[in-house]
Amino acid sequence: MKYMLIMRVTDEAIEASKDIPFEQIIEDMGKYNEAMMKAGVLLAGEGLSDADEGFVVDFSSETPLVTDGPYGETKELFNGFWILEVASKEEAAEWAKRAPLGPGTKLEVRRVTGVEDFPQDNEWIQKEEGWRDELEGRKA
Amino acid sequence: MARTPTERGPDRSESVRRSVAAVWRIESARIVATLTRTVGDFGRAEDLAQEALADALAQWPETGVPANPGAWLTTVAKRKAIDGWRRQERYDARLAAIAHDLGTEAADSDDVPWDPDRIDDDVLRLVFVSCHPVLSREARVALTLKVVGGLSSDEIARAFLVPTSTVQQRIVRAKKTLAAAKVPFVVPERAEFGERLAAVLGVLYLVFNEGHSASAGDDWMRPELSREALRLARVLAELVPREPEVHGLVALMELTAARFPARLDANGDPVLLADQDRRRWDRGAITRGRTALTRADALGRGRGAYALQAAIAECHAVAASVGDTDWERIVLLYEALGRLAPSPVVELNRAAAVSMAVGPAAALEIVDSIVADGRLAGYRFLPATRAELLTRLGRTAEARVEFAAAARLTANERERRLLLDRVAAMSPPDDGRDPAL
Repeated sequence: MKYMLIMRVTDEAIEASKDIPFEQIIEDMGKYNEAMMKAGVLLAGEGLSDADEGFVVDFSSETPLVTDGPYGETKELFNGFWILEVASKEEAAEWAKRAPLGPGTKLEVRRVTGVEDFPQDNEWIQKEEGWRDELEGRKA
Repeated sequence: MARTPTERGPDRSESVRRSVAAVWRIESARIVATLTRTVGDFGRAEDLAQEALADALAQWPETGVPANPGAWLTTVAKRKAIDGWRRQERYDARLAAIAHDLGTEAADSDDVPWDPDRIDDDVLRLVFVSCHPVLSREARVALTLKVVGGLSSDEIARAFLVPTSTVQQRIVRAKKTLAAAKVPFVVPERAEFGERLAAVLGVLYLVFNEGHSASAGDDWMRPELSREALRLARVLAELVPREPEVHGLVALMELTAARFPARLDANGDPVLLADQDRRRWDRGAITRGRTALTRADALGRGRGAYALQAAIAECHAVAASVGDTDWERIVLLYEALGRLAPSPVVELNRAAAVSMAVGPAAALEIVDSIVADGRLAGYRFLPATRAELLTRLGRTAEARVEFAAAARLTANERERRLLLDRVAAMSPPDDGRDPAL
């Protein structure tokens, strides 16, 4: 099964991380990624840039509103993810526990849905699969 | 103390048991590899690790899972080794060394107590020991899954549809064989390396195929078996990244696994490649497979047998339909494969590709030469393929005979029914004699 580890970080955690040398953070994260690579479970992973480079689309009003922020009530922002292929929920938890993260940071762990999670006879599910094919074809 | 989220649930001991299983899966190869280096005996190391695992299962439900479970298991196993030697009153240099080792580890037990580069090397040795040529193929498979993959005897037994006691016996025998043959815990010498690596890849591919061609029994575990083989191949690719065939095997497995979601219909019956709903293929797996193939190619030593098969799978993976498939390229890839790893099955597959690229007549010539060769006698796909080609050529009377022959050779009831339907759909010759029956 596939799991997504979503890193969520608070302002305090970002502040606290400024005391740690950047090289150290890179090294710790590199070792963590390498461990998952070497265990054959890491499928993908990306980091996200700081929130001030992002923006928000709010669907609260009749027409979606695009703003630079604020990010609403939540102080916890996603700033990176990993996708793992593991044998169990517990294995996903074990890997998550090993992430080199400090106080103020949380990992949200979610199972990634597969084809089996959707009704295959649905026309739109079928269309989406077709689009994925097209995208893949373009990359090829 | 680190805790898993589920530990707050009602059945905490079950949840801890599952956490222990997860830790074991992640850590077992490194633990056994480290122990083998320390105690100098692979079989003993595996037993010690298992005893430590039993301790964890007994203690962790009470104490919680330790922060560094791998180090905990290693330390407990080493203590058990010392206890064993003390009982035998063998206070030798080895005991002194391991005791000293434990002393230094205790000091920085929060830290990772091993050198990653050395561990990699140890795990690679472990892979080579588990797949050693003195062992039978069954023993290599069982030992690799158990010791490198961290699967339990129960899981292996379930996957191969044999009793647990059979798996346990295979593993015990395998360890005794390795000890009797005095197999050293080393990576083979350069001269022997390629051959031994090929044996290792062969074991992983065998495991993968066992899961892939699930046709009987509880097939729920079998896709897991293929995934485990794929994971172990990825592990191996990180251990020996400069060996193109390792990446070739990863590519082949990824590209084959990509089709898993489309391989069975709603009734759980197999769906042939031509009939598969390609929209259900796993795009992520296809991308990873193609990346692995690129890695193999980047080493600049040409494609081996696994990479060539991966390239064939890639041709299918990128085609929108059977008609859109680059069959000429597939024919060339099969020709290359046939030279590298000659086999009548590869020839038969080449014939199928030729029938798509050129036409049934050219393909029939190849099939007839395989029939004449005689090595595939009794292989049901030979008459079945011949029957398909004869049908396309309009030679239905001969096709009928071949379909009936294929039906007699299959052990699979559903397949037999399909083949007999084909026989029934073609009318027998007018003279009243039915050569098919």
